[in-house]
Amino acid sequence: MSILLSSSDIDRAIKRISHEIIEHNQGITNLVLMGIPTRGAYLADRISAFITQIEGPVATGVLDITLHRDDLRLRPPKPLLPTKLPPGGIEGKDLVLVDDVLFSGRTIRAALDAIGELGRPRSVQLAVLVDRGHRELPIRADYVGKNIPTSKSESVKVHLTEYDLEDLVELIK
Amino acid sequence: MITGHLLSAADLTKEEALNLLSTAKELAAITDGPNKKLPTLRGKTVVNLFFEDSTRTRISFETAAKRLSADVINFSAKGSSVSKGESLKDTAQTLQAMGADAVVIRHGSSGAAKRLADTQWIQAAIINAGDGTHEHPTQALLDAFTIKQHLRSEQSDLTGLRVLIVGDILHSRVARSNVLLLTKLGAQVVLVAPPTLLPVGVSDWPVEISYDLDSQIEKCDVVMMLRIQLERMADSFFPTEREYSRRYGLNSARLAKLSKSAIVMHPGPMNRGLEISADSADDLKSVIIDQVKNGVAVRMAVLYELLGGAQIGESK
Repeated sequence: MSILLSSSDIDRAIKRISHEIIEHNQGITNLVLMGIPTRGAYLADRISAFITQIEGPVATGVLDITLHRDDLRLRPPKPLLPTKLPPGGIEGKDLVLVDDVLFSGRTIRAALDAIGELGRPRSVQLAVLVDRGHRELPIRADYVGKNIPTSKSESVKVHLTEYDLEDLVELIK
Repeated sequence: MITGHLLSAADLTKEEALNLLSTAKELAAITDGPNKKLPTLRGKTVVNLFFEDSTRTRISFETAAKRLSADVINFSAKGSSVSKGESLKDTAQTLQAMGADAVVIRHGSSGAAKRLADTQWIQAAIINAGDGTHEHPTQALLDAFTIKQHLRSEQSDLTGLRVLIVGDILHSRVARSNVLLLTKLGAQVVLVAPPTLLPVGVSDWPVEISYDLDSQIEKCDVVMMLRIQLERMADSFFPTEREYSRRYGLNSARLAKLSKSAIVMHPGPMNRGLEISADSADDLKSVIIDQVKNGVAVRMAVLYELLGGAQIGESK
């Protein structure tokens, strides 16, 4: 087990991603954020709070993707988590999806399907704290906290204080 | 999460029941959106096997299955080989051969659902949609969901609520399932009925019993009226319908005595003018239409939990 990102590394990554989102979208007027539970939702809240500090409030929601997973019938069913639409909805907005780790890309594919159910945003962008490679689908992130080359046998675990008592990203062999 | 079958409200732990209700709440929110259909059960087959008549329950299960993209086959005993004398076993084996993943069964005999689940006739998940005078677990779940939605949306369970169940407890599978589930979720259940319509052994149930509706109506949070099942009333359980209606029916005078926040429920179909007057059924306190609406979400949650993931015996 080795530590990939410390608490202050995570903090800096979130701040940089927030600035990049604002810069790329030329402001926040048409912007909404949606986090994928569990940890993606907390990351979206943190990015939203930081953007609020520097630019003003940005509508933020939560997107549960359980019902759209393509591995649904390979595992036991999971309880559903709440989906919260951002205030004002997502129709015609520039939507930034937020998740903790980008790996196979299957979660994001499911998220794109789940978004289709809620409305039609003008664009969808993806922000992740860690990109560990090994994509199985043609999906990439627009904003990345840290690119970490890993082997398939390793796993990356993100801890966030809101859920796990500490801020930490570790590599488990 | 529940696995296998749903045969009785007694099989559910409190945690499983609350989990189903919260899943149902999420599904209800999704199906209120612009796109009501989810891909979750694509390729699964749900058979509605109905040996007794039903409108609400069958349509509700059909809608729930279709909203999750499952294929639905409706089977009613009338107009099938059952009227030629086919047994439950042969019917079940036929459905097995056709590859049913879940069987929703309504049958006039108590225990029919358990019989299907316990034998090797069919490998599908069995969901009890009413067996004789025994149980109707999804009705209890949708009633609990409706009560929670109206009176306990912020709390975790139904603690502190007083629920009157009024009428034919003897023949009511709805009452049995509700007693089991609502008491498990913390509510105090009071059964109100003439002595002839209470089952033997009711004193052992975890409930209060009263023969007098007027003494109970002011201090309850929920009043659930049961249907007088005219098809099961051959043995003169009460002198006349008119007398029953005066003593145990919900009318506008009793409605006015209810507390401000109290709600009126009925599992349907209603005998308007017998156990419930038309103005009570249509009053603002009545949540009978909500019960029907919530039935779809609750049944989606049950189908999702039973069919959504890998089944027992399937490889990972």
